[in-house]
Amino acid sequence: MLAKRIIPCLDVKDGRVVKGTNFQGLRDMADPVEMARFYNDSGADELVFYDITASAEGRGLFIDILRRVASEIFIPLTVGGGIRTVDDFDRVLKCGADKVSVNSGAIADPSVIRAAARKYGDQCVVLSMDVKRVDGQFRVFAKGGRENTGMDAMEWAVRCVNDGAGEIVLNSIDTDGVKGGFDLEMLDQLAARVKVPIIASGGAGTMEDFAELFTHPGIDAGLAASIFHTRQVDIKELKRCLRRQGVEMRM
Amino acid sequence: MIAIVDYGVGNLFSLSSSLKALGLETEVTRSEERLRAADRIIFPGVGAFGDARAKLEETGLVPVLREEAERKPLMGICLGMQLLFDRGFEYGEHEGLGLIPGQVVDLRPDLNDPSLKVPHMGWNSLRIVKDDPLFKYFKDGEYVYYVHSFYARDCGDCVLGASEYGGVAVTGAARRGNVWGVQFHPEKSGDAGLRLLRAFAEL
Repeated sequence: MLAKRIIPCLDVKDGRVVKGTNFQGLRDMADPVEMARFYNDSGADELVFYDITASAEGRGLFIDILRRVASEIFIPLTVGGGIRTVDDFDRVLKCGADKVSVNSGAIADPSVIRAAARKYGDQCVVLSMDVKRVDGQFRVFAKGGRENTGMDAMEWAVRCVNDGAGEIVLNSIDTDGVKGGFDLEMLDQLAARVKVPIIASGGAGTMEDFAELFTHPGIDAGLAASIFHTRQVDIKELKRCLRRQGVEMRM
Repeated sequence: MIAIVDYGVGNLFSLSSSLKALGLETEVTRSEERLRAADRIIFPGVGAFGDARAKLEETGLVPVLREEAERKPLMGICLGMQLLFDRGFEYGEHEGLGLIPGQVVDLRPDLNDPSLKVPHMGWNSLRIVKDDPLFKYFKDGEYVYYVHSFYARDCGDCVLGASEYGGVAVTGAARRGNVWGVQFHPEKSGDAGLRLLRAFAEL
């Protein structure tokens, strides 16, 4: 059987990791290369890098970091942030990314999913979506969760999967940052609609949150940032704990 | 020197990085001369069987690979492994290199649970079926990283290792003579994958 995956996410801005970086025992607490190496060695099943840089100069730095990270870690690497065109896919894949995650870029031009999937295969295209309840309906938000697109989240997901998205990162705006657990209701609804791997994001606060997440069979992976960066949750310990509870884990 | 065959399918950055991290001399090449000079060959690949087979044909390297496989260790990875078998059935029927017996078929109809996701993507445990020097540093049951929708079947006694998915024993590693194949990505399989690559370099 496939193991469930634990995925730390690094938000990189102008060459530095920006969210909840409180690492202990590392020389530079916010150096993305050093953090990536740490996660590679500490049991992470995959890494996600989001480029949240605005300037062109920062983008150059990001590319350089990406190359260094990709040459030093030996687990799958997903890269997102500012991906709008097939050329953007090409740019990060050449630096060693294995998968590319697209969010606002797909909302602006949904054809990018089909074009990228045709060129690189479905397994390479990850749809990342920020979703929030509005009047009881799940709506897709754009621009880092600031703008309601009015689109129904489940229909959007189905459309993107039909176009070739091979995996979905579902980030619940409602639970993000609250650390009260993943948005299981939202995740279950998505799992009932699509047959690609689903990565849950937003809301992880404790090891128990992951244990509860993986009692839902449609969910393949749990993603988090600050709780791993701050060592509030240690990945090795988390995986041991989940395995004791009968969750298949790569140790 | 380990030559990685570059025939225009897939990204070879991670593979060459992982060999370099092991301190191994590596060259990404499509030159016949370099492949002949290498003491080991890695044959990678991602994408679809027919397309990759056609691209390989265009390079004119097929006879070179066949001849060199008689003389030195050659290992196919992922789609590179699949191309080593007799036939592939992805988007039509295509002839493989026939270096290991077996055919490459769609995983979907063989799964016992239709709700299982395909591609078979993620970490799965590799059960060693037959002891082999490739597993010199690899422990039975360690996890390796897979991304694929087709798998090799009817490989007879050439199967070295398998992973269970939906009731199917997915061929994870196979060998005939000097030719090895792994369906998973050792370069993305953490420390276990690196140890497997190290064993290949010592064959």
